[in-house]
Amino acid sequence: MIKLTTPLTKEKIASLKKGDAVLLSGTIFTARDAAHKKMAEAFASGKPLPLRGEVIYYAGPCPTKPGEIIGSVGPTTSYRMDAYAELFAKNGCLATIGKGKRSAEAQNAIKTNGGVHFEAIGGAGAYYKNCVKKAETYLYPELGAEAVYKLEVVDFPIIVGIISD
Amino acid sequence: MKTISVRTVTEKIREAFLDKGVHICENYLKIMENALEKEEGAARFALDVMLKNARVAEKTSSPVCQDTGMAVVFLTIGQDVRFTDGFIGNAVNEGVRQAYKDGYFRKSVLDPLTRKNTLDNTPAVIHYEIVEGEVFRADIMLKGFGSENMSRLYMLSPSEGKDGVERVIAETAINAGGNPCPPVLLGVGIGGTMEKACLMSKKVLMRDGDNPDQELRDMEKKLTDVINASGTGPQGFGGKLSCLGVKIEKYPTHLAGLPVAVTVQCHAVRHAHFEL
Repeated sequence: MIKLTTPLTKEKIASLKKGDAVLLSGTIFTARDAAHKKMAEAFASGKPLPLRGEVIYYAGPCPTKPGEIIGSVGPTTSYRMDAYAELFAKNGCLATIGKGKRSAEAQNAIKTNGGVHFEAIGGAGAYYKNCVKKAETYLYPELGAEAVYKLEVVDFPIIVGIISD
Repeated sequence: MKTISVRTVTEKIREAFLDKGVHICENYLKIMENALEKEEGAARFALDVMLKNARVAEKTSSPVCQDTGMAVVFLTIGQDVRFTDGFIGNAVNEGVRQAYKDGYFRKSVLDPLTRKNTLDNTPAVIHYEIVEGEVFRADIMLKGFGSENMSRLYMLSPSEGKDGVERVIAETAINAGGNPCPPVLLGVGIGGTMEKACLMSKKVLMRDGDNPDQELRDMEKKLTDVINASGTGPQGFGGKLSCLGVKIEKYPTHLAGLPVAVTVQCHAVRHAHFEL
């Protein structure tokens, strides 16, 4: 089993191959449809792209129960973020995590920019919740479940899905 | 004449959703457990995480999946049943509202155009069927949309026949790849009109036991094998278990048509029923 710790660098991901199982530890950021739209709008208005250099996890958690860190937080379907793949890959986003197929354009953008896309296990929201040791709202709290949450994770199980050969 | 207080319905609906939000149906978990040893590599890794997830969800009363779905409720109501203390539809929505709040489930329901969230996961999608007698039965499901988005309706030409029907059912599952979080369960409605086919495809997912129709039972078995042989595997990582089962219902249709609806259900099967 490969263990990786954030921040991810091109050197750290250089030896990964499609299908490798990875346990990821460190900091990741949730973002799904609505947050991507907002980040792209920020970039279009001349601001730096939020989350550049970070690992983006396509996910929107359940509400947090009192006394707990976060609610269940499994991956959502990646293809809805395909329209933003090139923008993020070109502007310093090295790694994304989601589930399901991605478009040829998104795959190409990730590969040509030397990035990696990981597949998380869909439906395993409770398991992923247990991997989260710390969570805070980071951007766009008004989006609720679709806000950007900063998560500290330990041994977060993922599979290498897209990477250049 | 049987009298039922809708307050009882609210309480039972609340209990059913709270329970299923944190429990995958055991019979489908068993199929996944039995398949674990036969999988390798990424597929085995995925299936192992899915099974551990089901256990940790149960143990910690956490939603199995963060997509706690849209609430779908099929009510079968005998014509000799009378409701008291309010409107049955409101009572169902109140049960859903309470469950999603008390269970800390995600509120995913919003206006389709403005995308403004209703904040309590209502309205539920409620289907009513009136039958003879004093029956009251509710079949409920938490329906996630990773799989719902992969569901399909085909208005086939009658010339495509049974082969065409089998082809589109298999293609629906196989073309969806990992998107609907396989291994999937398929509900299929054949015949009727467009909406009848869709309704059958949803409701038949919750059918208990074997199909009483031998021909449909054979189709179900054959299609399950075909989809498993496709190699999609758990979570689309390639492997042997792609399909938990196929359930088919049919209804007479028009001589000019052959509707086929396929509802795709993810591996986190969260269905329940109760009677009053």
